[in-house]
Amino acid sequence: MNDYILSSDAYSENVKQEPIRAGFGRGLKRAGEQDEKIVALCADLTESVQVHLFKEAFPDRFIQTGIAEQNLVTVASGLAQAGKIPFAAGYAAFTPGRNWEQIKTTIALNEQPAKVIGGHAGINVGPDGATHQMLEDIALMRVIPNMVVVVPGDSIEAEKATLAIASNGKPSYLRLARVKTPIFSTEESPFEIGRAYVLREGWDVSLVGTGVMTHRLLIAASILDGIGIKAEVVHVPTIKPLDNHTILTSAKKTGRVVTAEEAQVAGGLGGAVAELLSEQLPTPLMRIGLEDRFGESGEPEQLFEHFGLTSDQIVQKVKDFVQSKPQYHREY
Amino acid sequence: MGVKLNTLQLRHKANLIREDVITMLETAGSGHTAGSLDLADIFSALYFNIMNYDPSNPSWEDRDVLFLSNGHTVPVQYAAMAEAGFFAKDELMTLRKLGSRLQGHPERVKLPGLENTSGPLGSGLSQAAGYAYSLQYLDKISHRFVYVVMGDGELDEGNVWEAAMFAGKYKLSQLIAFIDRNNIQIDGSTEDVMPLEDLKGKWESFGWHVIEIDGHNVESVIEAVDTAKAITNMPCVIIAHTIPGKGVDFMEYDYKWHGVSPNSEQAKAALEKLRTLDGKINTGDKAL
Repeated sequence: MNDYILSSDAYSENVKQEPIRAGFGRGLKRAGEQDEKIVALCADLTESVQVHLFKEAFPDRFIQTGIAEQNLVTVASGLAQAGKIPFAAGYAAFTPGRNWEQIKTTIALNEQPAKVIGGHAGINVGPDGATHQMLEDIALMRVIPNMVVVVPGDSIEAEKATLAIASNGKPSYLRLARVKTPIFSTEESPFEIGRAYVLREGWDVSLVGTGVMTHRLLIAASILDGIGIKAEVVHVPTIKPLDNHTILTSAKKTGRVVTAEEAQVAGGLGGAVAELLSEQLPTPLMRIGLEDRFGESGEPEQLFEHFGLTSDQIVQKVKDFVQSKPQYHREY
Repeated sequence: MGVKLNTLQLRHKANLIREDVITMLETAGSGHTAGSLDLADIFSALYFNIMNYDPSNPSWEDRDVLFLSNGHTVPVQYAAMAEAGFFAKDELMTLRKLGSRLQGHPERVKLPGLENTSGPLGSGLSQAAGYAYSLQYLDKISHRFVYVVMGDGELDEGNVWEAAMFAGKYKLSQLIAFIDRNNIQIDGSTEDVMPLEDLKGKWESFGWHVIEIDGHNVESVIEAVDTAKAITNMPCVIIAHTIPGKGVDFMEYDYKWHGVSPNSEQAKAALEKLRTLDGKINTGDKAL
């Protein structure tokens, strides 16, 4: 049953756009208003990860750690032991890129409700190049026991996700994108940690996306509709815990699955879905994302095209996939 | 709440902790002997004179907190905690066994009374600093203190110096760090593996007050902590000069005892040495 409320201009060329990180900034400030135990730490990237809104509202609850990511997350662990709910924010390339062991040991194994915020994730960072384009964070964080992994699809959802992890009492990772991203959800759209959402129904193929890729799948699905392929779009903002039920239900219905993410498919959403399907419902699968490659410098849209992540490229890939793979007919 | 043993009692307690450490490690069949032995006097002073805590209510909100950074020396903490009444001494013999609350490296969630989970080196100071920051700036509670025990070998880790800079910047005056300066690490002498000196100068340049003591003199430990508590404008680090393997002559100064446990023969010999030592403590032997 598709009860998801899409924005009225979700398919329009004039769809409203905003960086996903902006929603995090607003959400963090709201979380701070709701709970004085919320504190924010940043490693010299306060404005670019949008922690400045919180800092301006609650200067006494903001902690500058300098360019020291190992210290960033371990100080957060200590604050959590003292009863606080710390949000430790940096660029994903360094948090969790540089401090993964500290996150694993002092936050996840230690069961502290500290929040790790990975800003500027994905190739959309653009000209900064491969060193700053974090593509392995989903895999790195997903594999840690006791860690919640959330990848919002737009800024409105990012705000809700921020409030949700602020009160979930668990170690959590939130992945944010720098680039302006079309807003497909609305204030009324549902968001719950651990839930995936069918944004558009279809029966020929399931397009399962996360983060900035979800809107691209919606556009691809509407183009595919015009050539007679009815694609179902499943948005997966929580990579862990994965909503097995929603993904399996869609896979059972369509008999073909495509995943899309702005990350390494190995270990990422593609990896998670491959694990799920191969164990519980073997289904033809195509994974779209970075395939064992590093990013490189370029403008964000050039890079999406270079790595085959535009809606038009997705349409072509899905078309080929649907034509080459027989549909798995199952009772449903 | 807390216990206040006198000097002689503290020395006895340290010796008891050493005996526990030897027996635990022998039973476990693996573990780190040298550091666990050399920290016994500091742990005796912390648990039986310095810290406020309630073993029947480990999360008591007025407690002082201790973060163990060099988690491999946790047998000394387990022994001190058992002596302090956090759990029965019998449980010490479950160290490193399947299903035990006494993991090979400490896990906070497993054992009430631990403040952190550690083992990977270099992360204890920053956790302690986070806690101290919270007390000083967020909760504005000044009567509680945050202790952290570090090894000297782990000072090779960059994370330590990130934390040192952080604590210096924020003048975390309720943070009191101990460095177990026993001069050994796995591959040999600290000064051969990666020289740490001028250690005092390094910490001073990071904005810390530095106190150097004989880490086997419980009176010096208590005095140093008293001084550290009285300094209200910067964090303090106590560089405690210790003898690795202290108390068991055939283990002392030998870096090979860093990461191995005694077999039954060695344990028997070690316990004999420690019991002899205990007798000397009784007679007030100044040479100890």
